[in-house]
Amino acid sequence: MSEKPSEPDPSIVPEILPDEEPVTGKVVRPADEKLGDERRKLERGPAQKPHPEATPVVQVQNVSLAFDEPILEDVSFQANEGETVVVVGESGTGKSTILKLLLRLLVPDQGGVLIDGQDIVDLSFDEALEVRQKMGMVFQSAALFDSLTVFENVAYPLREHTELKEDEIEARVREKLEFVDLEADKVMSQMPAELSGGMRKRVGIARGMANNPEIMLYDEPTSGLDPLTTATITHLIMKLQKELSVTSIVVSHDIRSSFRMGTKIALLADRRIAYFGTPEDMRKQDDEYIGRFLGGY
Amino acid sequence: MRLSGFNEAAKQKVFSLQEYFALSAKSIGFIFRRPFYTQDVVQQMDAIGVQSLTIILLTGFFTGMVLALQTSVQLATFGATMYVGRLVTASMIRELGPVLAGLMVAGRVGSGIAAQLGSMRVTEQIDALNTLGTDPIKKLVTPRVLAALIMVPVLTIIGDVAGIVGGNVIASTYLGLPASLYWRTVWEQIASGGFVLRYIPIDFVHGLVKPFVFGAIIVTVACYLGLNTKGGTEGVGVATTRTVVVSSIMILIIDYFITQILLAVL
Repeated sequence: MSEKPSEPDPSIVPEILPDEEPVTGKVVRPADEKLGDERRKLERGPAQKPHPEATPVVQVQNVSLAFDEPILEDVSFQANEGETVVVVGESGTGKSTILKLLLRLLVPDQGGVLIDGQDIVDLSFDEALEVRQKMGMVFQSAALFDSLTVFENVAYPLREHTELKEDEIEARVREKLEFVDLEADKVMSQMPAELSGGMRKRVGIARGMANNPEIMLYDEPTSGLDPLTTATITHLIMKLQKELSVTSIVVSHDIRSSFRMGTKIALLADRRIAYFGTPEDMRKQDDEYIGRFLGGY
Repeated sequence: MRLSGFNEAAKQKVFSLQEYFALSAKSIGFIFRRPFYTQDVVQQMDAIGVQSLTIILLTGFFTGMVLALQTSVQLATFGATMYVGRLVTASMIRELGPVLAGLMVAGRVGSGIAAQLGSMRVTEQIDALNTLGTDPIKKLVTPRVLAALIMVPVLTIIGDVAGIVGGNVIASTYLGLPASLYWRTVWEQIASGGFVLRYIPIDFVHGLVKPFVFGAIIVTVACYLGLNTKGGTEGVGVATTRTVVVSSIMILIIDYFITQILLAVL
């Protein structure tokens, strides 16, 4: 926990990747800013420092973490508003740990984790619960509460954190279930155990987005699914980004779907970030490890 | 080298003990803090209390019967068979009722809680609660603690009554004692212990302080071990077994100390 810059520090990306321009070919800002982004900034309270580039929403700065042995060393990357950053890497390289750090289920030994410019490392337990409400998490196993019905699962964050009335909650649950292409009438009263893996994952996404979070986190969203369901889930994640311009962090080892949905790819190898940049640039790298990891894709 | 290994293990033990007490204190503190998960409390009162009714009735009833049977043989040698009601009452209310209820609840409810929270841990449901902005202790542990604090004493009273009734069955069928005499000796025993605040028999104080403490021990041990489950489904099994072993032993040890304190105080 040595250095924790209190201001968002966009210089961090160019530092680790000198050849990566943070603004590569993005047409966005002025036009967008007037409408949706402006409103969202207002809702979020204190606005970020005005910046010519995109606003960083999630920043991981020089994070190191060790339990019995080192897991992450000097890991840095960031996700700007509306971007989807996919963290790829071999199994057991600490990819999921990164999500736990972002949710502050774990605290790094060193470095900073910033959500909307706020360093969450030193927050109290209650403050952390507060910050977590900005995020929707989709677990690898979906982690639906198996004692509750699908409806109650999706309604859970709404009942916990909003003053919505029962009929408003029902309307919201229907909307979210339909967004993930589930027939609300059919599944609402079912128990999670009665659903297929792909459906469970979709309910997990619906629950994660129920409270309209600004950041979505996905842990291996496509692992253990057949190719068709994989495509559906990938499509859903992209739809969430496009239609609601949610900032997403996806942890995955499925390189094909990562390249489809990622605006940036962070490759985690040997406890460090070996590459961070756009998928297109990643293909152009002539690093041997990256080449092997992509496997000709 | 070996010493440092021992040190490490000792440190680990102290650390988990500290964590256990932190969890217990937190869960009890949450009883008085919003939000109240009333529905969960009612649900747990059903799971812990109502659903344990059958085994508590059976244990109490047969323990009372066997107590009457055994003591009657001894009492017969002194020609004191008519005191069988006093013996059954004293043993049931002061000792056997609370301890047996505690052990039964530890076996039935403690293991269930550990298994449920353990599998919630390994299937990431505990993490999910956290990420949805809910404190798992408040949502899962506090309702169970509260339900146990209420229901284990209630179960104990029911078990006591079943035991004394069981004694009555033996007394009237085997020993030929009239029921009126049996129940008079029961009351004599309760009154002979003396009263606190004029109306509350000291026997009842003994009999109700214990299950209150046992209930808290069973549920906090089960929740602590369940929430700290490691190593997949196998870990769930380990947590379940440890819960039953640890809470049963704790019940027997703490029973002794409570008895000693109450005998000194009252």
